[in-house]
Amino acid sequence: MQPPLPAPNPDTQEFWDGCRRHELRIQRCADCGTARFTPRPACPRCASLRFAWITCSGRARVHTWTVIHGPTLPAFADRTPYAAGVVRLDEGVFMVGQIRGCDPHAIHEGMRVAVEFDDVAPDVSLPHWRVA
Amino acid sequence: MGSGKRAAIVGIGQTAFAKQLGITEAEVACRAIRAALDDAGLAPRDVDGLCLYDIESNGVAEIATMLGFRGVRFFSTHSHGGGSYCAIVTSAAAAIAAGHARTVVAFRARNRGRRSGFGSGMMEGGRPWEKVAPRIDGMYQWQVPFGVAAPVHEMALIARRHMLDYGTTEDHFGEVACAIRSHATSNPHALMREPMTLADHHASRFVAEPLRLLDCCIETDGGAAIVVVDAARARDARHRPAWVLASAQCLGPAHHHPHDWFGFDRRRWIRAAAERLWGTAAVRPDDVDAAMLYDHFTPMVLLALEDWGFCGEGESGGFVDGGALRAPHGRLPVNTHGGQLSEAFIHGFNNWNEAVRQLRGTSTCQVPDAELVLVAAASSDPYGAVLLSAS
Repeated sequence: MQPPLPAPNPDTQEFWDGCRRHELRIQRCADCGTARFTPRPACPRCASLRFAWITCSGRARVHTWTVIHGPTLPAFADRTPYAAGVVRLDEGVFMVGQIRGCDPHAIHEGMRVAVEFDDVAPDVSLPHWRVA
Repeated sequence: MGSGKRAAIVGIGQTAFAKQLGITEAEVACRAIRAALDDAGLAPRDVDGLCLYDIESNGVAEIATMLGFRGVRFFSTHSHGGGSYCAIVTSAAAAIAAGHARTVVAFRARNRGRRSGFGSGMMEGGRPWEKVAPRIDGMYQWQVPFGVAAPVHEMALIARRHMLDYGTTEDHFGEVACAIRSHATSNPHALMREPMTLADHHASRFVAEPLRLLDCCIETDGGAAIVVVDAARARDARHRPAWVLASAQCLGPAHHHPHDWFGFDRRRWIRAAAERLWGTAAVRPDDVDAAMLYDHFTPMVLLALEDWGFCGEGESGGFVDGGALRAPHGRLPVNTHGGQLSEAFIHGFNNWNEAVRQLRGTSTCQVPDAELVLVAAASSDPYGAVLLSAS
């Protein structure tokens, strides 16, 4: 069963298009230089509307995580318990994804992870995180 | 804001709480509001203000139509569910203080017991997070496609980080659940009244580690309503008024969505709100006799204790050890009705009813001579708190 998928709009299209190419694209403020995620028109640090898209290294560290037993959505029910977390990218932004490649109970703070993409639909790839 | 005691809660009402009431949210609202007006000794013709949640399925026009309110001259709706139930009362009190209304009704009617869904709409019963569309936009597109779908999943991520940063343990979460349950045992309206031990808590199944079933509030059908009036009406009230002594709201760039929560230090804007609250009221946290803290999940009570200054940052685990939250003799009795964890999950609105009962001296878990009660909203959301005073 397919998970719920994103519905891109003009603010987010570049991120999701990047995922389709297996590139992690985020915005950087053209005035104060702060990297930001999620994609949005203005900088939460300085409110500037000027920005550029950059491609992330795809490297991150685990910031926090949970092991989900359920209830959860039907699309994820057959993989419980699964680990999902918030990772801090080397570029400084935080993203949510599943954490894979080890026993969920072996996950620890600061663990090195790298992005991997699930091609879940012809127009959608989802970035998850695998123990590096 | 400081109302200078220009507004007070003089009526409280509620429906029965159940997994399935078998009536619509419209009827839940009507019953709760009628009960609150009856309690206040007021009639629908007296109502000139209406404040409610924006996720309420009964809008201001529906309520006025159903109950025949003819003189409404102030109305407002407020975002963010449990984050906003203090904003609703702040709005009511502010409207009264500014002369826009004299008698404001506020309420929450909520049919969310699992079997009680009555429509396909996101807010029409059942569990909203289960009613996700195949394609989603907005903030949830950054978490739901990855399996972080339910509120408990979000709160588990926040709870884990609190454990990492401060050494908080599952025992601390369990003590929050057990203390609040101990209050519910004497409340005939509470859905969960069986005494609970830490062993019971630890034996309950994991939902999203580190959170267990008994760390979670109980999805419920039911409603609660209050009547807020101006000082002249409060002085003539049938019951002892619960005066709005002070309130503070806060909103910053980080809330419960996990990709947002960790990027900013939320305490910066919350600490400022706490300073406004205590400064306006000219009281300190130690003066508070009881607190109604939004307990959708146990760790969020710990955050609230830190946020409003009952203990220092990261010290909430130590604070709850030793029974500080337990009535009647704990340092800060919390949720003396059983809260959202054990009485009913009415998006916090049942907390008003209990705060008022404490100040009237009519709680089933009464704190002796309670004079000052703090009511605080969901610490995971746009946020706020109100201080209520008996005199």
